[in-house]
Amino acid sequence: MRVEFDEPKCVAAGQCAMVAPGVFDQRDEDGVAVVLVAEPGPELADEAQEAAAVCPAAAIRLVEQ
Amino acid sequence: MPGRRDPPGGAVNTIVVVGASAAGLAAAETLRREGYDGTLTVIGEEADPPYDRPPLSKQILAGDWEADRVALRTTEQLTALRLDLRLGVRATGLDTAGRVVHLDDGTEIGYDELIVATGVRPRRLPGAGAHVLRNLSDAIALRKRLLPGVRLAVVGAGFLGAECAAVARGLGCDVVLLEPAPVPLAHAVGEQVGRVLSSAHVEHGVDLRTGVTVSAITGDGVRLAGGELVTADEVLVAIGTQPNTEWLDGSDLALADGLLCDEFTSAAPGVYGAGDVARWHNPLFGTAMRIEHRTNAAEQGMATARNLLNPSGRKPFAPVPYFWSDQYDMKLHAYGYLRGHDEVRVVAGDLPERRFIAAYRTGDRLVGALAVGMPPKAVRPWRQAIATGTSWKDIHDIAA
Ligand SMILES: Cc1cc2nc3c(=O)[nH]c(=O)nc-3n(C[C@H](O)[C@H](O)[C@H](O)COP(=O)(O)OP(=O)(O)OC[C@H]3O[C@@H](n4cnc5c(N)ncnc54)[C@H](O)[C@@H]3O)c2cc1C
Ligand code: SF4
Repeated sequence: MRVEFDEPKCVAAGQCAMVAPGVFDQRDEDGVAVVLVAEPGPELADEAQEAAAVCPAAAIRLVEQ
Repeated sequence: MPGRRDPPGGAVNTIVVVGASAAGLAAAETLRREGYDGTLTVIGEEADPPYDRPPLSKQILAGDWEADRVALRTTEQLTALRLDLRLGVRATGLDTAGRVVHLDDGTEIGYDELIVATGVRPRRLPGAGAHVLRNLSDAIALRKRLLPGVRLAVVGAGFLGAECAAVARGLGCDVVLLEPAPVPLAHAVGEQVGRVLSSAHVEHGVDLRTGVTVSAITGDGVRLAGGELVTADEVLVAIGTQPNTEWLDGSDLALADGLLCDEFTSAAPGVYGAGDVARWHNPLFGTAMRIEHRTNAAEQGMATARNLLNPSGRKPFAPVPYFWSDQYDMKLHAYGYLRGHDEVRVVAGDLPERRFIAAYRTGDRLVGALAVGMPPKAVRPWRQAIATGTSWKDIHDIAA
């Protein structure tokens, strides 16, 4: 699976870094999300999906490869 | 009776979600992700596929985004959910005994389990011709009128009114912001913080008038309670909302400024509530609350779906509410339940510089934190401390 992150949509809510710390972090300056793992393996798939579902800006999309 | 079915003794085969927005979509997605394979009907009054509302008072109103950017999911993503998606259809009544939802096209639909996610709508004032802002079409209609030099009266200086005032200033409008309270947002964030936030409007040239009550919309502006006329080319009424529960009147569900739900977001056997419409008992704060925040809608939709599918392993929905607001260059993030707080204390940064974290106390507990312009890593420990029910006397230990 591949993470597509639409950065201009991100509102820096940080829900992604909270539910999927293995896949997302936030920039120090402005809190905008940073993708740590662009192609999460099976062990990270669940938390990546949770992040995509909970992101209040619909900024995260997961594409199956 | 067509559509009628027996209450489920065993497997759930038909789930109906009423309301096709943030909460309803999150519930539907989670049901599928957790393996629910039966019929999943989603009924939405709006004709548009699910879209996001927060950008309506920000990027859409400012003209920075085209309307299609607010879609919550792509067509392919929606298709993959295998929904019986009925848009442009309104639920008009509910029979909980027969487990049937009545629709405005004259049909009815039976369910094993029902999720109510019908949200809220704006309150209005007497008199015609004013804008409200809830739907995409509202935002597009208002956007068209906000031309440079246009005089806009915004009634209500809550978060929505404040955001719109800020955007309208950016578009070159003359803005008068009318607020009945002496300090905007004081009931929500406290007087000190409310004063600092509203000073940004004054600095940006908004004519902020507090302590004034608007009684009606007139053809040429708004009429104040004292009789004075405030002239305006356009009027936006942003005085709060009311939950969309009329369609549940006459059912045996408990309604009290929202659909009453327990800590598992269950309203009655076979009925759940999620999102802006639901007033549920949040055990983390020991109180019933109805939260009109974007993240809550998604989180509650997800929690509801999980509890519905797994009643024996159901979990209380006990989130730390969170919302953000953008005004001018201020980005505000708030965690917790600030309403009715007893004390506010600035615990980091500096209020007048509009870079700070304020902590909120209710009783002897830390219940909330509001941050403006602070790095996320400074704010996160506060969220964590709220989630663990930290007592006020221990807030010195919270890492900054
Ligand atoms: C302009 C604006 C800006 C916002 N900005 C922020 C922000 O910055 N931060 C933040 O945290 N939150 C913000 N919010 C709040 C956030 O958008 C809401 O909390 C969220 O939309 C709630 O989702 P919901 O699904 O519960 O309800 P809604 O989004 O209200 O959706 C309910 C849906 O149900 C439909 N419906 C109603 N009755 C019926 C019926 N009888 N039958 C069928 N369908 C029905 C409605 O048409 C609607 O589509 C903002 C809201 C608005 C309007
Ligand atoms: S959850 Fe979404 S909006 Fe929030 S930081 Fe992550 S990507 Fe950005």
